[in-house]
Amino acid sequence: MVKQISLFLENKEGRLARVCRILGDAGVNIRALSIADTSNFGVLRLIVNQPDTAYQILKQNGFVADITEVIAVEVPDQPGGLAGTLEILEKKSINVEYMYAFLGTTSQDALVILRVENIAGAVEALEAANVKVLQGEEVYSL
Amino acid sequence: MIWNQHYECMPREQLKDLQLERLRKTLERVYHNVPFYRQKLQEAGFEPGDLQSLDDLQKLPFTAKQDLRDNYPFGMFAVPMSEIVRVHASSGTTGKPTVVGYTRSDINTWAELMARTLTCGGTTKNSVIQVAYGYGLFTGGLGVHYGAERIGASVIPISGGNTQRQIMLMEDFGTTVLACTPSYAIYLAEAMEEMGVDKKRLKLQYGVFGAEPWSERMRQEIEKRLNIKAIDIYGLSEVIGPGVASECQEQKGLHIFEDHFLPEVIDPVTEKPLPFGEKGELVFTSLTKEGIPIIRYRTRDITTLKAEVCPCGRTHVRMEKIMGRTDDMLIIRGVNVFPSQIESVLLEIGDTEPHYLLVVDRKGSLDELEVQVEVSQAMFSDKVKGLETLEKMIHHRIESLLGISAKVKLVEPHSIPRSEGKAKRVIDKRSL
Ligand SMILES: [Zn+2]
Repeated sequence: MVKQISLFLENKEGRLARVCRILGDAGVNIRALSIADTSNFGVLRLIVNQPDTAYQILKQNGFVADITEVIAVEVPDQPGGLAGTLEILEKKSINVEYMYAFLGTTSQDALVILRVENIAGAVEALEAANVKVLQGEEVYSL
Repeated sequence: MIWNQHYECMPREQLKDLQLERLRKTLERVYHNVPFYRQKLQEAGFEPGDLQSLDDLQKLPFTAKQDLRDNYPFGMFAVPMSEIVRVHASSGTTGKPTVVGYTRSDINTWAELMARTLTCGGTTKNSVIQVAYGYGLFTGGLGVHYGAERIGASVIPISGGNTQRQIMLMEDFGTTVLACTPSYAIYLAEAMEEMGVDKKRLKLQYGVFGAEPWSERMRQEIEKRLNIKAIDIYGLSEVIGPGVASECQEQKGLHIFEDHFLPEVIDPVTEKPLPFGEKGELVFTSLTKEGIPIIRYRTRDITTLKAEVCPCGRTHVRMEKIMGRTDDMLIIRGVNVFPSQIESVLLEIGDTEPHYLLVVDRKGSLDELEVQVEVSQAMFSDKVKGLETLEKMIHHRIESLLGISAKVKLVEPHSIPRSEGKAKRVIDKRSL
């Protein structure tokens, strides 16, 4: 399982830069990120090399932040690659809350972060279909 | 237990007769002894002899805190200083304090009212009561003190502060009743937890808490953390001090001691009296005070009065826990809105100390209310949908409570400016 940091950001200039600066100064390296936003606010989701440190630092700087478990899977970097992966979950009625792509990769495959409610069920289904699910340490050290 | 069965359980009709008779005497007293009231009554075209029924009360002039300041220090007193045996003063945040004076008879009345108040909560002569309200110019300490002595309880007059000592004496003396502000009660509970005090060893049974507004949630917290019953008491020095109203064991509203104070609830803007059950500003007329009788004193506290008979047997009307202050009131699209109402919505959603800001603006001819709410850890979700649901829920609750539609905006923690630790609750751009 991979630990994801999520935090609340207002849609105001310089907020994202500030988060990156705070983490950078603490020696935390951002490996993947996504922002889901509305007209007023956004939720920033981060995969970093040191999730626990990042979480502490953000809290100390007054952010509302959370650690959520997500899964990282390798997806064949070819047309229909992602569709195939998602269909595996769909068959098991596992709902994907949201997903985003990873910046670095292990091989020729793309790396995708998935947020699902039923993590154990998802991992089981994916592994049964020979999809590679990465461990936290593998992802943080990429 | 009821301290004074005769007066506290008096049939309403009989009570009204008593109130009318006492109101007449009060009017006579102020008309002849307080130039301020004489002038006000003359301006209103009302002479004490004109009083026919309690309904005439609404013809009488109001008294505001400012009137006491304008007549600083003793201008509102209705007796010569030789009759005054004590003065108290409330600390004004700006300028001079407001000063009140008591005759020997007033002190006696006050002790009676505080004996009723403490009995309401469960104090008996077997109680050991720790009075952690401040003693001095503030009415809290001495007010509770005299009432507890009247009952015959054992009084520990420790006054406020010195938390370690409070806790030590509480353990060693076997305190059964704690009297202090609700915020200090929470502070005491925290200190006990830090000191590792075994609360089971304490003999505390209940607490009388007042002198500041506090929420039901605070009550639950105090009751849980100190393992006691938390009783709300109400009073203000301009009216007498503590001892104006007290909760009984039912904890469903505070009985106003109506044989001494005549309560009204008015619309703070139109100044018209409101019927029972409607929310408005609480107004008191003293019925027996000699030193500084007070006519229709505007407390600026917001509450409702309930006439339903209380299971405890007392016939005196009850007021709800104070809901807010008129100073904070906003009129948005003709609706009276109190920040405390918004706060209650946010408290329901599950935050102990919500930080919020009401921004009122006028677009065209329409008032707009924006409610900014700092996102707390409890509210946060990594899913946008969760946060949007939260916004909608706050929106709906505000709409159903106030009848107006507000724009809800979630903001980052610590983004709402705080002055002296206390958050500013309202920005009204309309007046600019
Ligand atoms: Zn009662």
